[in-house]
Amino acid sequence: MQKLLAWIDERFPATKVWEEHVSKYYAPKNFNFWYYFGSLAMVVLVIQILSGIFLTMHYKPDTGLAFASVEYIMRDVPWGWLIRYLHSTGASFFFIVVYLHMFRGLMYGSFKGPRELVWIIGMVIFIALMAEAFMGYLLPWGNMSYWGAQVIISLFDAIPLVGPALSEWIRGDFVVADATLNRFFSLHVIAVPLLLLVLVFLHIVALHKVGSNNPDGVDIKKKKDAKGVPLDGIAFHPYYTVKDTVGTVVFLMFFSAVVFFTPEVGGWFLEHDNFVPANILNTPPDIKPLWYFTPFYSILRATTEELVRFGLIPFVVLLAALTVVSIRNIKAKAVTILAAVVLLVGFLMLEAKVWGVVLMGLSLVLFFFLPWLDRSPVKSIRYRGWMYKTTLGIFVVSFVVLGFLGTRNPGHVDLILFQNVRWAQVLTVVYFMFFLLMPWVSTYDKTKPVPERVTWK
Amino acid sequence: MSKKDVDPQRRTLLQATTAVGVVGAGFAAVPFVKSMTPSARAKAAGAPVEVDIGNLQPGKVMTVEWQGKPVWILRRSPEMLKSLQEVEPKLVDPKSQVADQQPSYAQNATRSIKPEVLVVIGICTHLGCSPKKELAAGSISPDWEGGFYCPCHGSKFDLAGRVYKNVPAPTNLKVPQHTYVTDSRILIGVDPKAKKGAA
Amino acid sequence: MKKLPILFLLLPVLLLAPALAPASSEGPCGAVQCDRVKVDLNDKPSLQNGARIFVNYCLSCHSASYMRYNRMGQDLGISEELITENLLFAADKIGDLMKAVMPKEDAKDWFGTAPPDLTLEARARSPEWIYTYLRSFYRDNKSPSGWNNTVFPNVAMPHVLYEWQGHQRAVFKTEKGMAHFEKFELERPGTLSPKEYDKAMRDLTNFMVYLGEPAKLERTQLGVYVLIFLLVFLVLAYLLKKAYWKDIH
Repeated sequence: MQKLLAWIDERFPATKVWEEHVSKYYAPKNFNFWYYFGSLAMVVLVIQILSGIFLTMHYKPDTGLAFASVEYIMRDVPWGWLIRYLHSTGASFFFIVVYLHMFRGLMYGSFKGPRELVWIIGMVIFIALMAEAFMGYLLPWGNMSYWGAQVIISLFDAIPLVGPALSEWIRGDFVVADATLNRFFSLHVIAVPLLLLVLVFLHIVALHKVGSNNPDGVDIKKKKDAKGVPLDGIAFHPYYTVKDTVGTVVFLMFFSAVVFFTPEVGGWFLEHDNFVPANILNTPPDIKPLWYFTPFYSILRATTEELVRFGLIPFVVLLAALTVVSIRNIKAKAVTILAAVVLLVGFLMLEAKVWGVVLMGLSLVLFFFLPWLDRSPVKSIRYRGWMYKTTLGIFVVSFVVLGFLGTRNPGHVDLILFQNVRWAQVLTVVYFMFFLLMPWVSTYDKTKPVPERVTWK
Repeated sequence: MSKKDVDPQRRTLLQATTAVGVVGAGFAAVPFVKSMTPSARAKAAGAPVEVDIGNLQPGKVMTVEWQGKPVWILRRSPEMLKSLQEVEPKLVDPKSQVADQQPSYAQNATRSIKPEVLVVIGICTHLGCSPKKELAAGSISPDWEGGFYCPCHGSKFDLAGRVYKNVPAPTNLKVPQHTYVTDSRILIGVDPKAKKGAA
Repeated sequence: MKKLPILFLLLPVLLLAPALAPASSEGPCGAVQCDRVKVDLNDKPSLQNGARIFVNYCLSCHSASYMRYNRMGQDLGISEELITENLLFAADKIGDLMKAVMPKEDAKDWFGTAPPDLTLEARARSPEWIYTYLRSFYRDNKSPSGWNNTVFPNVAMPHVLYEWQGHQRAVFKTEKGMAHFEKFELERPGTLSPKEYDKAMRDLTNFMVYLGEPAKLERTQLGVYVLIFLLVFLVLAYLLKKAYWKDIH
């Protein structure tokens, strides 16, 4: 065995890579519950790829055959029902895990330097994941699949000048049709999974270059022993391989409970309308995306003429004023004023639905800028002041409630007093405030002294 | 890969956990592997096929499809039946002793239930081509007694589907499960006496 | 813990949302209330009765084109002979899919719209919808078929089982200028009493839930074993973790 390993090592950096990234990769010893979700995301990726490969053996990407091929899998293929539920449940669990994984980053400042690139690559993974899920959902060719795709691709129409041509290019036809289904199949099965694998690899490489953060935000590389091993570090293997195994088993228990006992989750994971084949003459009464897209869908729908006029215009004016007052650089002041003027002209000239698309995109793009929006010298929420804790808490609430509102009819009153659309508009502003106020919040927030060594809280 | 295995408690736990994990992985693999076996649709398509041989004249052969394969039904003439015994010295397995190639009720001199009617799968046991029917004596060569000749690599079979010596094919042509529903209707894919047929 | 306040904020919202929204639109049975129905896929006699009703009354116009006869027989405990003798008039072989007797084009001509495939109806609508719908037909002289339905107003489908249920009349109450359904009145009794009819419709609904997902029973049974196995594995994995992490703490 040893001789075989030596033979390989002469030709391939096997032991070197193993030591550098696993057995001698030193991670902080105070990882808590929130640190399971990175490895769990990898577990779900494996589940999706495995179940996806076996689904592709039986699925047919043709508008006349797709729906029937899914039922063929559910009934005629031995164990096909299980493979299908693994994949549909896995899709939702992927987002649960990834949202919790991102929240960990927000709590402990894992996005801050020198981990900006880890964060950015992660955000790209998130966007690729959303594209993957969106395209995957068209494949069963149910009525919700069809209409959901039709609505979302039509959003691209809103882009000035190139919009309609772009939508047609994406669809390969004038409406969502067989051409669309086939290309979404190709992208969903091959292109985006390959992209995801490459991105996940890069994400981990970037992480290992700088080392993992921890709940205290303490840099463990600052204090090393005589051998160069961080005092607060422990080898990933065996400590975290063994700990992540426990995390994985607990995860699999929750996962299996859903797969075997309630794969539909009352229509949240598998929508009722999708058990009806796509019907181009019959739109479902409430079109909504799956739960993981609903916060962004909510922001899109909330952007009406009213929001633009009474929300965005004053907001931009205020923000521009704040920025101009706070910064010293004359050029930067000029740029800010110019940008504000351009935006205001846009608000007045372009339709609200264009701004809906813009805001929806911005709600994602702003995440990329977090490392620079956050000016706090302190990483972890444990040592930040009440301002950051409050704004983060409010942000999470707004995200969840926006998500809930995205599943409801905008004209109804499902919370209290006001119509859903009104709440969605308020919460959209709150959502954006988290990012846009962060430079000031993080500067003026009173932080606590960060310890030299990690703690276990 | 850890040097910490010196601790006996740790070692047994590691072994136990790994064992259970491997068992779990094995269980998990079963559905994936099984999903690749023939589906209910494939099995339905491969269901037994009923054939009416009422109009099949002696010396004539008909072809039907079963499980995607050609099945030949040959009503042998008295001369054809006589020739079966004569060619036995030239055959590899004249007594049909290789059990896989025919059901037990076809393990006889004529490889059939009714002596005249041969039911055989028309796929060469060498590499899977479908042989040509050369039923007439003397058609291929002067000493040819009649049978089937495979053009791909030259294998030869007699009028009971038995393989000749010195040809690439190793075994006799396969006789499928079949039963007589009536004197002139054969059900291919099912054994006689209502035994469960082929999958 | 510092993150407790955040969790407290999250919790009520997370708990509220699913309770408020069963992910589908309000009023699943249209303008009327859905009736409850006890679905029990372990009740084989009920499923068999439902299968009998479905094949004899529904399959003439509606297909169940994703279900095979032999699968139905296996799951419901009906032998292949029984199926071939009693239920196989719309197909040739027992492995065939359950297609409707009536050609689709003809059905569209006669009813104005093709009767939909019913295989997944219980998953697309809900068992409650089906159960309520089957018992909500009433006489309506203004409709082409002479029948209407409170759950699906102006449905093209006639009351196929009127001989069993009899003729119902719908009583509407006018409130604020809008007509609201109040109750049914039995004009002419059928061959079954209301209780018997309800039981038959329960069996049919039960069968349609099975039709929508034949693997349902199997998956819940298997789930128990999977969770037990994972629990055992969890105990071992946890002990292993503690054994290694002794060094750290």
